[in-house]
Amino acid sequence: MKKTYKIEVDCANCANLMEDTAGKVAGVASVTVNFMTQKMIVTFEEGQDPKTVMKEVLKACKKVEPDCEIEL
Amino acid sequence: MSKKQKKMLIRIIAASVLLILLNLLKLPEAASAAGYFIAYLVIGYDILRKAWKGILNRRPFDECFLMAVATLGAIALAIYEKSGDYNEAVAVMLFYQIGEFFQSYAVGKSRRNITELMDIRPDYANIETDGTLEQIDPDEVEIGSVIVVQPGEKVPIDGIVTEGSSTLNTSALTGESVPRACGVGDEIISGCINLTGVLKIRTTKEFGESTVSKILELVENASSLKSRSEEFISRFARVYTPAVVYSAVALAVLPPLARMLTGLPAGWNDWIYRALTFLVISCPCALVISIPLSFFAGIGGASHEGILIKGSNYLETLSKVRTVVFDKTGTLTKGVFEVSGIHHSPMEDAELLEYAALAECASSHPISRSLQRAYGKEIERNRVSEIEETGGEGVRAVVDGHRVAAGNEKLMKRLGITPIDCRSTGTIIHVAIDGAYAGHIVISDLEKPGVKEALAALRNAGVNRLVMLTGDAEKVASRVAEDLGIDEYHAELLPGDKVSLVEKLLAERSSERDKLAFVGDGINDAPVLSRADIGIAMGAMGSDAAIEAADIVLMDDDPMKIAKGVRISRKCIRIVYENIVFALAVKFGCLIMGALGIANMWAAIFADVGVMVIAVLNAIRALRVKNL
Repeated sequence: MKKTYKIEVDCANCANLMEDTAGKVAGVASVTVNFMTQKMIVTFEEGQDPKTVMKEVLKACKKVEPDCEIEL
Repeated sequence: MSKKQKKMLIRIIAASVLLILLNLLKLPEAASAAGYFIAYLVIGYDILRKAWKGILNRRPFDECFLMAVATLGAIALAIYEKSGDYNEAVAVMLFYQIGEFFQSYAVGKSRRNITELMDIRPDYANIETDGTLEQIDPDEVEIGSVIVVQPGEKVPIDGIVTEGSSTLNTSALTGESVPRACGVGDEIISGCINLTGVLKIRTTKEFGESTVSKILELVENASSLKSRSEEFISRFARVYTPAVVYSAVALAVLPPLARMLTGLPAGWNDWIYRALTFLVISCPCALVISIPLSFFAGIGGASHEGILIKGSNYLETLSKVRTVVFDKTGTLTKGVFEVSGIHHSPMEDAELLEYAALAECASSHPISRSLQRAYGKEIERNRVSEIEETGGEGVRAVVDGHRVAAGNEKLMKRLGITPIDCRSTGTIIHVAIDGAYAGHIVISDLEKPGVKEALAALRNAGVNRLVMLTGDAEKVASRVAEDLGIDEYHAELLPGDKVSLVEKLLAERSSERDKLAFVGDGINDAPVLSRADIGIAMGAMGSDAAIEAADIVLMDDDPMKIAKGVRISRKCIRIVYENIVFALAVKFGCLIMGALGIANMWAAIFADVGVMVIAVLNAIRALRVKNL
């Protein structure tokens, strides 16, 4: 399953970091962060609940970039 | 300017004023130190806070942490050396913040500019109830509803005109500035602007399936597919910061130790200062920001010209295209065939045409459609049965009880019928009725105006091999190829042959770096479009299949746009490389000079911020593609 989330991130490198971090969260198959359109496109692994996975993603992202925001 | 940015601007101004005052007024030492301290906190408190969080999260390479270490280090050195000069630390922080501010402002602004270029989203649809117009959300309009579009409004949903006539401005979709006329019965596409008359439109699609939604989705997601240069930069950024930090540590420790061993004074101050200079340059942001921004601007500029590029990676591939393969029909030629002659028919010409048109009634091939058009009457489907279409050959069917075969020479030969050759050039449709040859119909296609110029422009843009593929007869193909100055052509191909030919052409390239593009109308060449390095669909306005299958979609069918697309991509990629080379050169130059003690922290921060400003301004240039 693929879902798009609106995000808020200020610098391009932080967007890259978020992409790296989010990709390592369990349940996420792949993730692309688009800095220019401020969007995060997440592909979830089969049978995962996007809501619980995204909570973890947000938590992980906050760690690398405290200022970032993901609209869940 | 957002609230965040305004606040930042105020902090920048306050800190700058304070810094200038402190330098002009000769305050006693303690007061001056306090002043510098306040200025430092005003401009850098959030950096310090984030640096602290970085430590808590065990992220030593966080840029805020590095800035904090560099500036606090400079302050510590100033205290240790009793120089009382804290200018450097405050200024480094100040310029760093100015850089960040500029970055967020410029990126926000260009993001808005680019989305404005693509501002085709309709806000409402008018529905007439009891003689009054009501504005409703286009999402709520069901298929088959009648919507009213007044002059000056955007057409919100695809549909068919049921009442009224008008002219439409399609420039937002196609980049074409000449308005298009439309009247009752015409299909009309969302995203156009109604110019002159009131139109009533019966919708044929939901809003989410309409052209305008598809295009918006495509453009918005375009920059998510990352190019090789973007991948390179993000990999580079991952290594760059740690590398610089480790060398900074080495620079602070190793040379003094070495000097101590050789009996020289260690000079810790000097080397620590040089190491701090390193930390200032360690942020890779200038590099990282300018690359996606360039691609985004390039894609935005291109879409304004009616060239939709589905991803940064395709923009990059397009710039390396050396071979362009064209499908003939609908791409180089109009694809509007007209019957130009009927020969060797034992029956009336009109009767032969009738049989052929009826036999071909189920086919959407342009040739079939032109036969149906030439027949001119309503097709009575119930007269036709047992339709069997063979790609690249033709159609067999039973019409009014007669077995009719209509197609090319191959079909006739397979059926054991000897066709009579034709002297005129054009597509020949041989017709056999009940197993006996019944003559042939000549159909000719017209070259699109401007194709010749477009091909010349492609050659100018660096394409060195032009190939034409067609299912059409050898004779027709050779004439068109000669007319247009195409290097090679392959005729009489079956749909499957096109894929294998493209594969052959891919294998023939001298190097993997030379890319191959296939240009088709996107209707029945989806496999070829996806097999080529890059698939370009032309005249795709309104064709979902084409938008789906292609990597690059030309909204109208102006062949000149292909060359323009190549030039846009070249410009964009050039800007990307300029930025990469420029930023790396300045950063490494600065690192070397910093290590040698030539560049101080001032130079480092100017290099950092200056490079970013120039790179961002350069990236925005990619948006200007009008006159390419």
